[in-house]
Amino acid sequence: MSADLTELYQQVILDHNRRPRNRGKLPTANRVAHGDNPSCGDQCSVYLQLDGDRIKDLSFDGSGCAISQASASLMTTQLKGKTAAEAQALYDKFHEIVTTGKEPDEISDIAAFAGVHTFPARIKCATLGWHAALNALKSDPTTVTTESHND
Amino acid sequence: MPTWNDIRADFPILHQQVNGHPLVYLDNGATTQKPRAVIDALVKYYERDNSNVHRGLHALSMRATDAYEGARTRVAKFINAADPAEIIFTRGTTESINVVARSWAHAHLRPGDVVLTTEMEHHSNLVPWQQAAKASGATLKYVPIVGTNAEGGLDLAALDTLLTPQVKLFAFTHISNTLGTINPAAELCRRARAVGAVTVIDAAQSIGHQPLDVQAIGCDFLAFSGHKMAGPTGIGVLYGRRALLDTLAPDETGGGMVVNVTYAGATWKPAPERFEAGTPNVADAIGLGVACDYLDSLDRVAIEKHDGDLARLAYEKLSTLPNIRVLGPTGARGGLVSFAFPDVHAHDVVTFADEDGVALRGGHHCNQPLMRKLGLTSTTRASFYVYNTAEEIDILVASMRRTLKFFRG
Repeated sequence: MSADLTELYQQVILDHNRRPRNRGKLPTANRVAHGDNPSCGDQCSVYLQLDGDRIKDLSFDGSGCAISQASASLMTTQLKGKTAAEAQALYDKFHEIVTTGKEPDEISDIAAFAGVHTFPARIKCATLGWHAALNALKSDPTTVTTESHND
Repeated sequence: MPTWNDIRADFPILHQQVNGHPLVYLDNGATTQKPRAVIDALVKYYERDNSNVHRGLHALSMRATDAYEGARTRVAKFINAADPAEIIFTRGTTESINVVARSWAHAHLRPGDVVLTTEMEHHSNLVPWQQAAKASGATLKYVPIVGTNAEGGLDLAALDTLLTPQVKLFAFTHISNTLGTINPAAELCRRARAVGAVTVIDAAQSIGHQPLDVQAIGCDFLAFSGHKMAGPTGIGVLYGRRALLDTLAPDETGGGMVVNVTYAGATWKPAPERFEAGTPNVADAIGLGVACDYLDSLDRVAIEKHDGDLARLAYEKLSTLPNIRVLGPTGARGGLVSFAFPDVHAHDVVTFADEDGVALRGGHHCNQPLMRKLGLTSTTRASFYVYNTAEEIDILVASMRRTLKFFRG
């Protein structure tokens, strides 16, 4: 296996793909948004329980490649307890990692996605769940499609 | 006929390494590679003959016109059309079907009419009919597929119930791009004709892989793309029976398709010009004609056997992998096989295969309703052509084993 592929499918990603965290509908959710990647058929729904501006709990559901499923799973572990502004800031950091490969200064599991940047076609997979989560935060009921994003 | 190894020498693109491995190109259902003869024809046209057609009286324009119309005659012969005027050049299968869905449907579909298609259609032979039904008030119905993996093909018994006199048009694929099912085109056309329905065949996956005779099949319209039969991209064909074409209004209007234009209005040329407004894709039409020559030089009966044999071999070898679902017929099939693993997504499979130099297709294959019906979101597809070999299937299967080992441990 090449170094690029090993970097893409890191242990953290494989682990989240095999044993997704916070998967399934969240009974206490008061926000939901759905993401579609029409070019490959990946789907991801994100359920949020918002308490004021803070994400009290969240989950995801859907189907797709290991990158998209692991990314959504990892995201749910990262966003719990965050405010909307903190979630947006974390996404910005994640987006920089998957598009440039630059790892963040602090130690974080999201750095596992740095290998995505050498596979540009997979950036959409990695960001699908995040787009759905941000839309759920904005209470934007429209389905997210990755085709309407530049990434 | 040349040996299959000689054939590989005709395709310059095959002789390269991908990710450190010899390229194994198994994405022919999406597009086939081009032989040197087709590439040379394009270069020669642009270096020597490039000019607008049907308009100029100078030497280059006459050469270009002769070559363009020669390509039309060549394509007519390739599918045994009765008349070259029955060959309309389009951008590809999708545009060809859309021309029928707009021109024919606009003239003939009324509320209460039924358009019949099948559950195994590519979006290009499905969405245009949804739109035509919506615009006319007609109802769209589907011939069901049989079997959990669609191994039984179309439900031909259900066809008897579905083919009522209300059916005005029956559109179906010749070979399914996802399942590899070969539909009995002549029988389907005969049964449709018995109730007075017009037939439209999507021949995108069959045209480059077998002999095809529109008169023997008995269809009214047939659509295909050049790039899936060793020809260039951006050129395709709508075959239509002459008597039908002349009853249709043009889909697009403009230069080249008119007889007489006044400030008050215009009159149309007959087919095929009626349906070819604007400057046509001259170079690629000529390339398509050369692709017809090339495939006939290989013998299409032999190609059909070669591609079908490879697909059956792939079906058998892939079926030995643990926990795999292989779709489509268990016996004779077109030159492709698609499959799914419950625990490894098609896009991960394709990424890993690419690492081994193997080009596959992963996704819904423009077949979303069919995927849903089969309880899948995506499959991986290997599709074969004249230059593929049995050794390449071994490379494919070995690559699949490595992928499964990685994800399953």
